[in-house]
Amino acid sequence: MNAEVRAMKTSAEQALAEAYAAAKARLPGNGAVQALREAAFKRFEADGLPNRRIEEWKYTDLRVLMREAKPPAGAPDAAAKARAAEAGKLAGDIDARRIVFVDGAFVPELSDLAALPPGLTVRPMAEALAAGDPRIAAHLGKVIPGDGMVALNTALMRDGALIHVAAGATVERPLHLIFAAAGTQPASVFCRSLVVIEPNARVMLVESHEAAAGHQVNAALELIVGAGAHVDHVKIVAGAGDALHVATLIAAVGARARFNDFSFNIGCGVVRNQLFVRFDGEAALANIGGASLLNGDQHSDTTLVADHKAGGCQSRELFKAVLDGRSRSVFQGRIIVQPGAQQTDAKMMTRALLLSEEAEADSKPELEIFADDVQCGHGATMGSLDRSLKFYLMARGIPEPEAEALLVQAFVGEAVESIEDAGLRDALMEQVAAWLKARGG
Amino acid sequence: MLEVKNLHVTVDGKAILKGLDLTVNKGEVHAIMGPNGSGKSTLAYVMAGKPGYEATEGEVLLDGENILEMEPDERAAEGVFLAFQYPLEIPGVATMTFLRTALNAQRKARGQAELSTPEFLKTVREAAAKLEIGQDMLRRGVNVGFSGGEKKRNEILQMALLEPRLCVLDETDSGLDIDALKIVSDGVNRLRSPERAMIVITHYQRLLDHIVPDVVHVLSKGRIVRTGGKELALELEANGYAQYQDEAALAS
Repeated sequence: MNAEVRAMKTSAEQALAEAYAAAKARLPGNGAVQALREAAFKRFEADGLPNRRIEEWKYTDLRVLMREAKPPAGAPDAAAKARAAEAGKLAGDIDARRIVFVDGAFVPELSDLAALPPGLTVRPMAEALAAGDPRIAAHLGKVIPGDGMVALNTALMRDGALIHVAAGATVERPLHLIFAAAGTQPASVFCRSLVVIEPNARVMLVESHEAAAGHQVNAALELIVGAGAHVDHVKIVAGAGDALHVATLIAAVGARARFNDFSFNIGCGVVRNQLFVRFDGEAALANIGGASLLNGDQHSDTTLVADHKAGGCQSRELFKAVLDGRSRSVFQGRIIVQPGAQQTDAKMMTRALLLSEEAEADSKPELEIFADDVQCGHGATMGSLDRSLKFYLMARGIPEPEAEALLVQAFVGEAVESIEDAGLRDALMEQVAAWLKARGG
Repeated sequence: MLEVKNLHVTVDGKAILKGLDLTVNKGEVHAIMGPNGSGKSTLAYVMAGKPGYEATEGEVLLDGENILEMEPDERAAEGVFLAFQYPLEIPGVATMTFLRTALNAQRKARGQAELSTPEFLKTVREAAAKLEIGQDMLRRGVNVGFSGGEKKRNEILQMALLEPRLCVLDETDSGLDIDALKIVSDGVNRLRSPERAMIVITHYQRLLDHIVPDVVHVLSKGRIVRTGGKELALELEANGYAQYQDEAALAS
């Protein structure tokens, strides 16, 4: 649609085309993967960087926000690996199996893949692509082909994790995918992960991204949640004010499965967090939540599509944003109830708390319902801190910055509550406290 | 201890207090009674520093120092405590966190060291037990899911922990059944001390059977129109406020 209105490529688009042309012969993958990359890049090129003329990207115009495309990151050297040795602190001190990527490349010596429990397979994506792992052909890019940034990711994907959990297996220790940026020059990283959870299996995935100054990350994760499986996924993004982070979660949720997803964003320059969740089987439960804390000129966009293809599923979405400075948050949430998906129960809520006069929150909830026996609702609030609550706290001797901090913590806490792991909840709330302290609370 | 001199207060541009004078000495309990709309709650809020309650004239002196220019937290650190008529619910802020933050903030403002965790827990548990506040209530968010009586007991718990010099109790009896009224009143009476002044604001005489005042004032149309001993409360209970509303009308 946009091809005809666009006369020429932006310099970022030009740089991406050159990067792809230069890299494609060396990117991992057999002939089928190469064909996938080629088709994906053509799809990306047709529309170019997502921009305000594309409805889904109206509030996050990457042609403006991404003036230049950084060169793809090279393989990390010993110094970069040494700098990344301590990565993973964003998740606190949870006991998790570390799977570490430095500048997008898997680093075995920093990872803990020894003695995997029965039923769990973890394979670096680069190796799986090169070896033609059958799970790639079976699942990669099959759930949702669409989005331009996912297409760009498919074209340029280099590494990530391929994880398989066998039917009925319970993985006791959470898996922690740690993405560390350790290169000294700004670079771009295209990481791609695929997690296949067979029926009745159970696993918790933590994904943490430490953004570094000037870096650009395009991360995509595809989750295949089998019938009756129980999957928790928590993604944390933190870091530099001028980093760009575009992430896409694609989940296909099977019958009677339980899926809990949480996205936490604190202090990254530009974030676009896309969540495409499709309910493929009946009677699944999904809790999808998130919190963003923004200041300065930061921009955070959460775009969610909960697609109820099968009936009898319950989905709950709660997203919160705290905005200071001149920051901007965007929430676009769409609940789709397909024909025949009767007894769907879906509720979506988004709340923005504005701590400054110049911050801006945009919220666009949508319901598309093609069934007649459903319960669906959405709500959106935005506003400043409750003055009467602040007065009550101050009347007890609590100075204004501390009173505000308590109220902000309570606001964020309501969303963070949905994370099942208490240690992780504490780790996130500590980051909230540190953020508040930095602003003077 | 407290001297209120010619206090004029406007709220949303409307004059509510119109030259109120009041002196409360330490160790005394004064009751302020009056009909609805006479300015009782406005007096309570302006002393605590609620935004939007603007003193256009006059002074509120606490041991000689004018508190009107202070922020609410500074007044609290100076020893002013308002027990709210409608205590607010703060979901997500645990009661214990709230109590500890408040207590330590005041101690810090006064140059005292923070209480250690064991000291704090012991102090709260003892004070809470006297008010029949259980551990389950302390674990909840501030006032979240509390009944009206529980909220008022929680106010008195805060008062007991913060040990203010001047306590202002705004309609503390509203919404209380007779058992809760007794618990709350006993809590207040335990805090009576020769070093502390109290102002008990109430519409009804009932509370004053339990918290017996030294002085009773009648507030009407923004001014104190009569002052007497505790027997004045009984007279008001028998005759109502009608005559004072007329007197105030004549006086203004």
